[in-house]
Amino acid sequence: MTTTTRTVTPSTPRPLTWIPNSLVAVFVLVMVVLQMLPFYVALTTSLKAKTDLSSQLIFPTKALIVENFVQAATQGGIFRAMLNSVLVAGVSTALVCILGALAAYPLARRATSLNRAVLTLNVGLMMVPALSILVPLYSLLSQMRALNTYWGVILVMVTTSLPLAIFLYSAFMRSLPVSVEEAARIDGASLFQSLFYVIIPMLKPVTATVGIVTGVGVWNEYALSGYILTTPETRTIAPAIASFFSIQSSNLPAAAAAALIAVVPIVVVYLFLQKYFVRGLVGAEKG
Amino acid sequence: MSVQPPRLQEDATTVASTVAHLIPPAPRPARRPVKRFAGASVNLLYVPALALFAVFTVYPLVSGVRLSFTDWDGYSPSWSWIGWSNYARLFTDATFRSVLLTTFVYGIGSTLVQQVLGLGLALALDGKVRGRSAAKAIIYLPVLVSPIVMGTFYYLLFQYDNGALNDVVVALGGERHAWLSTAASGVTIIVIVNSIQFVGTSMIIYLAGLQSISPEYTEAAMLDGANAWQRFWTVTLPLLQPAFATSIILNLIGGLKLFDVIQVLTGGGPGTATSSVSTLIGTTYFANQAAGYSAAMGVALFLIIAILTVLANAALNRRRLEQQ
Repeated sequence: MTTTTRTVTPSTPRPLTWIPNSLVAVFVLVMVVLQMLPFYVALTTSLKAKTDLSSQLIFPTKALIVENFVQAATQGGIFRAMLNSVLVAGVSTALVCILGALAAYPLARRATSLNRAVLTLNVGLMMVPALSILVPLYSLLSQMRALNTYWGVILVMVTTSLPLAIFLYSAFMRSLPVSVEEAARIDGASLFQSLFYVIIPMLKPVTATVGIVTGVGVWNEYALSGYILTTPETRTIAPAIASFFSIQSSNLPAAAAAALIAVVPIVVVYLFLQKYFVRGLVGAEKG
Repeated sequence: MSVQPPRLQEDATTVASTVAHLIPPAPRPARRPVKRFAGASVNLLYVPALALFAVFTVYPLVSGVRLSFTDWDGYSPSWSWIGWSNYARLFTDATFRSVLLTTFVYGIGSTLVQQVLGLGLALALDGKVRGRSAAKAIIYLPVLVSPIVMGTFYYLLFQYDNGALNDVVVALGGERHAWLSTAASGVTIIVIVNSIQFVGTSMIIYLAGLQSISPEYTEAAMLDGANAWQRFWTVTLPLLQPAFATSIILNLIGGLKLFDVIQVLTGGGPGTATSSVSTLIGTTYFANQAAGYSAAMGVALFLIIAILTVLANAALNRRRLEQQ
């Protein structure tokens, strides 16, 4: 009889027991089908020739073709865009985790009015819409010659991702017991030694969350990077798809193939790291 | 009491606290509040982050406010101060007014659809249902995909010539409809596409909310003779209050900022019939060369989102206090 207030009881009946199970099953099934439908239609479209006008709901009956994927790779530069995305998202995520964890430490461990003001500013920055800063940011980057550069887009992505990271890190650190650090300090560790050897090793779970939220966010970002990156050499995946799609709007099979290629890494990572995704879920909708 | 499988319990607690505080659980709770544990020099650690904020967010925000009082065209070296003209223009500009209205339709429409479907899915998938892990994983997947990619996929469903929806309409004996180039159906489709893509977020928030409700409450209501509907209405729904607050605020902000999916599906057209304030800012700056005016729209969008978020937060949290 050890029932706490936060226990899952799979044996508890659903709250709405009066709705027949069959109806519930139909509802869930319809939603699952709705979610898979766009992926399915993209797949059938990408496997058909442009001249094949059979319904996209029907799986191709003629020989499957790879021509659309070849076009997406050669004309759309999708693989180059993916490499760019790996670079930009990877470096940005690493920087956000490092800078976020460091910045959160004083905010969690030194509750002065200055630091409370910094925390408030940090929360306020989470609400700034990308398009509200677009115009001045674009002129600033153009003066800095940072348009169409990796470092330009990385600095912007790091800046826009940091507020949520700092929020998550500082909330997590505040819930860590001070006693461990105090013990380390008594044993002669400096403040920074206790930060690096005591606190940082304890940050693994929150770093997984921050890393996933930031990585997925930067990988998918379009509102700012779509304007910052306009050359095929530097474009990341979302701007590349959008641009290929608008150029190839008469060649939908190739556009579908390009978009499908872009989904593969996300799906693969999701399948392997599902446990961590569940934790990072909520923040993922920040865009 | 049945014995709980420990892994499931741990996962659910993790989700619950993720949603409640946006953080995963720490090993142990703090023993006492911390004040001035460290000297002032430790503040140096946030200087790099603040420097980035200053250059790439605060400076553009301030400079955007400054720009909004000018008639700058975005490229020429000369411009002049024009006072509040750009803001006055926001109030008289019929295009901006209708775009603002559409933006509210995106924000409120998406929020409504996502709460209904998200809560429905959470209720359906809470408890022992066969295949629920797979269902949850599939319904959540689109949240992780770029709206640009999802928009491209949905374009294939709704496009005129060979779109899947028109194929069904024709097969049923109807006529092809230009779904994306009529204002009403374009706006509706954008609301639906955005809501369906992110319904997984609401579902997970409500699932965590449901799992944080102790079965004792429901059992007590059952002993008092409450039927299933009464238990749902008087026990489950009120206790989901924190989940409602989190989900509604996230969806509202997401809908009001909507940009990517509009760009792919309709480009904001026909005309500006499906534009949001965000897409209009882009068009006004890059296509119409009215940098000053588009900066004023940016300031307005920020203020609208900030004010609505604060109001929604206050309203939803006041209701939570009343219950305690």
